[in-house]
Amino acid sequence: MELPIYLDNNATTPLDPRVLEAMLPYFTSKFGNAASRNHAFGWVAEEGVDYAREQVAKLIGCTEKEIIFTSGATEADNLGIKGVYEMYAEKGNHIITATTEHKAVLDTCKHLEKQGARVTYLNVKEDGLIDLAELEAAMTPETILVTIMYGNNEIGVIQPIKEIAAIAHKHGALFFTDATQAVGKIPVNVIEDGIDLMAFTAHKMYGPKGVGALYVRRKNPRVKVTSQMDGGGHERGMRSGTLNVPGIVGLGKACELCRLEMDEEAKRLSALRDKLEAALTTMEESYVNGSTAHRLPHVANISFKYVEGEGLMMAMKDLAVSSGSACTSASLEPSYVLKNLGLSDELAHSSIRFGLGRFTTEAEVDYAIENTKKAVNHLRDLSPLWEMFKEGVDLSKIEWAAH
Amino acid sequence: MAYSEKVMEHYTNPRNVGTLNKDSKSVGTGLVGAPECGDVMRLQIEVDANNVITDAKFKTFGCGSAIASSSLATEWLKGKSIDEALTIDNMDIVEELALPPVKIHCSVLAEDAIKSAINDYRVKNGMEALAMPKSHH
Repeated sequence: MELPIYLDNNATTPLDPRVLEAMLPYFTSKFGNAASRNHAFGWVAEEGVDYAREQVAKLIGCTEKEIIFTSGATEADNLGIKGVYEMYAEKGNHIITATTEHKAVLDTCKHLEKQGARVTYLNVKEDGLIDLAELEAAMTPETILVTIMYGNNEIGVIQPIKEIAAIAHKHGALFFTDATQAVGKIPVNVIEDGIDLMAFTAHKMYGPKGVGALYVRRKNPRVKVTSQMDGGGHERGMRSGTLNVPGIVGLGKACELCRLEMDEEAKRLSALRDKLEAALTTMEESYVNGSTAHRLPHVANISFKYVEGEGLMMAMKDLAVSSGSACTSASLEPSYVLKNLGLSDELAHSSIRFGLGRFTTEAEVDYAIENTKKAVNHLRDLSPLWEMFKEGVDLSKIEWAAH
Repeated sequence: MAYSEKVMEHYTNPRNVGTLNKDSKSVGTGLVGAPECGDVMRLQIEVDANNVITDAKFKTFGCGSAIASSSLATEWLKGKSIDEALTIDNMDIVEELALPPVKIHCSVLAEDAIKSAINDYRVKNGMEALAMPKSHH
């Protein structure tokens, strides 16, 4: 077993060697511009892109013409949300989203607010799911878009996508979802789910960084977005810019592998995740964050009370994980996602996200369990809060110096 | 962000972790920070009849830099008189541990903890309380 162990697969994933192999010719011998219509170099590149488009479409259950390649999920979020806002301005200016969305969605919505959009930010329940009745109540005749993520990047909870889509459609709005964490991990079918626009990216599913896609529905209804990048009119005019052919080929191959291996892989990963979670929650005062009933198979977010996440990660030096604690002078605020679940700042500061992936082995999970337990115990020995807790001091009664 | 060697060293082998009897008249206790801000330091000093610090202990809830700052502080406190100890400045800690700008607040917290422990001792022993100079965050 090689150290350190990578358990941050919600941040990014390693490239699958099979994906790399598919990409390599497109850097060298098949280097052509896919928009060059008049010679073999262009045709070969275009063929590679067309094939990738089929592979991507097949994974999410759409047609090739509904895939717009982008530089990643952030760009796809921007294009989907801003593009709908501009295209459907005549119909209304109201957008509904949730407080636990990724910054690529939240900040895009904030940007639109400055341009005159009215945005409703739905709160989530303790388990991280939105309240469908609240969504229904927030819908107005001016609502043009509902944007709710598929699976959350910090806690892995899966929103009730079909139900959300149905509510949006009932009120004549479009439904956009940032499915960055879900596509390739769990079955996502845009027809069955009723999704009108969807953003996702290659590097979260063992493909390369710098390439992603926006799904834009062409039938029932035909959805259009205003392009956010002007130029040569690539991607049916919705996203100009020379296509990243090797990246797109890689995204295609990554999608194909996920489609073929997803069922088995999800089972394997959820078993490993459950093992990790069960072992770590045997420790006193440790809590799983977010719904355990509706979530992605490969992520566990656990708070270890009375230790601080960043300090804890330092003690877990052989494990690459992430924490909801940001202890810097720039940001003393812990994770807004965890806070929006109703977690206290203290528990949010004590959280660790474990993200398993295709190359995670059981031996690595076993190592992670031991390493984490040791680290938590070590830091609790150092923690004045743990000592007070053990002495029965009620920490909420102490007057802490205000920061 | 990578940690300096000195932070790693203190973090891995923290000095003087522990607890002194806070009810003893010869012990001063400083508890600073807040759990919701992600850092709490408790620093304690044991002081002899000549006002010299003979022992120092800490426990810290916080990041590696906060733990290292308090560990270093306990090392520096031992053998100093309580007046000398007041001259320890947070920037000395920053320099010694090579803390990056985003971690300076950890050193400020350590300085606060020192002053607060000395204050506790002074008040317990009939001396005038000091005004707490630096506030953090």
